[in-house]
Amino acid sequence: MTAADLLSNGPRVVNVGLPGFADDLRAAGVPVADVAWTPPASADARVLEALDRVTGAHAELTERVETANAAAIERMLAADPVLVDVRPAAEVVPGLEDRMILHAGPPIEWERMCGPMRGAVAGAIVLEGWAPDLEAASALAATGEIRFAPNHHHDAVGPMTGLTTRTMPVMVVENRAFGNRAYCTVNEGLGRVMRFGGNDDSVLDRLRWLASTLGPLLGETLRAGSGVPLKALVARGLSMGDEMHQRNVACTSLLLRALAPALARTTRDNELLGEVLEFIGGNDQFFLNVAMAMGKAVMDPVRGIDGASIVTAMSRNGTDFGVRLAGTGERWFTAPVEMPRGLYFPGFSADDANPDMGDSTIVETVGLGGFAMAASPAVAGFVGAGNASSALTATRSMYEITAARNPEWTIPALDFAGVPAGIDARKVVAGGLAPTINTGIAHREPGVGQVGAGVVNAPFACFEQAVAALVDEMDAQRGSMMETT
Amino acid sequence: MSAVIVNEVRHGFYVDSVALMRLSADLAALPGVEDAVVMIGTPSNLEIMREAGLLAPPGVAAGPNDLVIAVRAADEAAGAAAFSRASSALERRSAQSEADGPWRPRTVDGALDRMADANLVLISTPGAYAAREARRALDRGLNVMLFSDNVPLESERALKERAHRRGLLVMGPDCGTAWIAGTPLAFANVVPRGRVGVVAASGTGLQEVAVLLARAGAGISHGIGVGGRDLSDAVGGVSTLDAIDLLATDAGTDHLILVSKPPGPRTARRVLERLAAAGKPCTAVVFGAHDFETPPDGPVLVSTLKDAAERATGRPVASGFDAAAIARREAERLEEGRRALRGLFCGGTLATEARAVLASAGIDAATEPASPARSGSNASHRVIDLGADEYTSGRPHPMIDPALRTGMLREALVDREVAVVLLDVVLGLGAHPDPARPVCDAVRAAGRAAPAVVASVCGTGDDPQDHGRQSAMLRDAGVVVAPSNADAAATAAAILRHAR
Repeated sequence: MTAADLLSNGPRVVNVGLPGFADDLRAAGVPVADVAWTPPASADARVLEALDRVTGAHAELTERVETANAAAIERMLAADPVLVDVRPAAEVVPGLEDRMILHAGPPIEWERMCGPMRGAVAGAIVLEGWAPDLEAASALAATGEIRFAPNHHHDAVGPMTGLTTRTMPVMVVENRAFGNRAYCTVNEGLGRVMRFGGNDDSVLDRLRWLASTLGPLLGETLRAGSGVPLKALVARGLSMGDEMHQRNVACTSLLLRALAPALARTTRDNELLGEVLEFIGGNDQFFLNVAMAMGKAVMDPVRGIDGASIVTAMSRNGTDFGVRLAGTGERWFTAPVEMPRGLYFPGFSADDANPDMGDSTIVETVGLGGFAMAASPAVAGFVGAGNASSALTATRSMYEITAARNPEWTIPALDFAGVPAGIDARKVVAGGLAPTINTGIAHREPGVGQVGAGVVNAPFACFEQAVAALVDEMDAQRGSMMETT
Repeated sequence: MSAVIVNEVRHGFYVDSVALMRLSADLAALPGVEDAVVMIGTPSNLEIMREAGLLAPPGVAAGPNDLVIAVRAADEAAGAAAFSRASSALERRSAQSEADGPWRPRTVDGALDRMADANLVLISTPGAYAAREARRALDRGLNVMLFSDNVPLESERALKERAHRRGLLVMGPDCGTAWIAGTPLAFANVVPRGRVGVVAASGTGLQEVAVLLARAGAGISHGIGVGGRDLSDAVGGVSTLDAIDLLATDAGTDHLILVSKPPGPRTARRVLERLAAAGKPCTAVVFGAHDFETPPDGPVLVSTLKDAAERATGRPVASGFDAAAIARREAERLEEGRRALRGLFCGGTLATEARAVLASAGIDAATEPASPARSGSNASHRVIDLGADEYTSGRPHPMIDPALRTGMLREALVDREVAVVLLDVVLGLGAHPDPARPVCDAVRAAGRAAPAVVASVCGTGDDPQDHGRQSAMLRDAGVVVAPSNADAAATAAAILRHAR
């Protein structure tokens, strides 16, 4: 709209700042869109300078970033994730060696681990037989003889504490458009579980049953078929009220419906079949771990696109929050993790809560979870975000920090608009709007388990560092290109 | 004539079936299309398509996670048209979102998703962020009104040049007032639309012209605020020149008025030449420029905003205001020895105009409240702009919150040196809801043994505060209400002349 058009057609106004101006215009019958403006996330001059260089149609690096982001989104939307197998982690997870524990979030050593993470580590050491009891296990962990590494460094993800060790069965999701695979452990159900730091005999016995019984049967069943395509299943789940982070009841049911006949054909043991069907059917969150492996499988091919500001991973280890960008490859940009705001189970309060934790934010990274809250009004209440219209607001605000809408995953309550897809770190910093994450809340003490659920924001500092580093890398690349020419 | 059957498969594409049925019906109704269906490729759906004579490769091989678009058309062109309709409908579904609801976007980009045909971004964020928002707006092809102040000079120039290259307009920074196509923006009065276009630095100069045009029975087509620094040589008048061009070609504008402080010398020449080339009658008020020369066919130079409004309309803005008689009456009741003038202004341009009118009557007024003593009897005259940066940092503009002005007014009213207090009372959208009230309260509290108080009310009967009501309140309190700021200043000068 040129200035001449403005004069001949009259103003149609976007109001940024004082709301009174918008009210006056509206009262005068002028079309006006009112921006609830907030300052950019950063006050750091270096970050703002970097931001200026990669935003706006005329900034020097914008076109490179836009082109790179378009490529990133294309890869993201082209993904074809299929659940193909369940296997012991030792057989499939690359680089998972003996006396090694994979954990949620960016890298962390024993000394800085939070209570639930330490509790889970002790339990996992006993489970693997590296120590006879929990006390000895904790002592062993402190000696440095156990190697810790993020799941994300091994093509894997895990919820909450997210521990993955050799004997644990992992679900295998293959992205058939790119040929890569991603792994996630089997969801343990509610109550005392290792993902919330639980480590008593009941926890370890359940893990042993998953490894000896459920894992092998599921694996055999999946291998006998052609796998379960997940994209369309998730699309149907969205229309049935799941957002795939705090609510997975529809997708769990759809998955069970898809698997049950094949499970029945795979085993002749009706008692075993009954146990497995009962376990999956009795765990509304069973699909969460499938969705996480799917998210990882979708986002991994998006890594390593020079100049792309699209987020490929968000993850927390209970101490730090970490973010990775497509344009900065394997680097983590970390900041202290925040406390979730939410609702607590009877008898618990915010005083009991552990800071935010888990790789499950991979679900938000692909546009589900907090980003798809509008699909799941029931969750809005559960996570303390209030009424159904606040669920719509949550999703709408995420459109402002994402690069695209996923046309295959649509939300009925938003007139079938696609979920916000591809978090653009530039927009997070420029808009002062942090990604909204739906999350479970763990007790701060090891072994107690889940005490509530809520929402948490990704810390801005991660995105600020990421944008600055992206620009630095682009500068460095150009420098080296100029040297070689 | 044999029909063409075309299928297209979209892998992993899920859309709910009700929407697909509606889309199918739309496609089937297109000219040249015999039948069409868009379905998920389940076995039973494929069977339906086969029976309807719609299935062809690659649709035959579609699976339950695929979307199949199948068309039977009279010819290939009709089939292609149906496919493009289907594609755009499927894409639109992912782009659309609900237009209503209490939700407000957080960014300009978010707002534009909801109002794609917006053409102006009105920015009133803190100045440190304003240039960034303005740049983003220009990048999206939108005109900008920068209400914000404290925008760095180099940013202002860069923004304006960027806008100019793209055929866009930047109003401001520090642009408090504008009218576009008769619509008031930010701090503006409710005035009739008319055929006079105005270009002004900002704020109250523009308001006064618009109000006086209304009082003369005319109206404003567009009032474009360009910001106080636009005509400096550092900015080069980019927005002023663009605004002149816009008004010159605007079919709704018959007459141009330019209101300005003294421009930079290089910029002045360009602006006057541009006005001369506008091909429409032009009037210019350039305050404080005594040796200003206008080129042949250039604008007619007048010395006050009132003169500009009267020249543009050919009609007087008021009748029956006898400044001389009022001045004699007011001077008569003053105690002896009162000789000083205090001008306390909310509007910067109104203060400048008052100073110019006083200067032409031989009265030299200082701009600071406590300036060093000057020579002669004029030493104690002061005209203060309370909207200037030094008074507004960390506090609202006196047009919104007149507390600072009220305090200084109370001091002036008990100062036995002061013969006359000169005020502006600015009405309009955004301004204080009842600005005459604190003035009246202060004047009443001072009693009869006080200086004369002369004011003008910059507003109209359609403003929320109502010009008539505000004027009546002031008169009841004993304030002289002049029909324009220039008249008020001239009346004040006359009172000083008569003071003993």
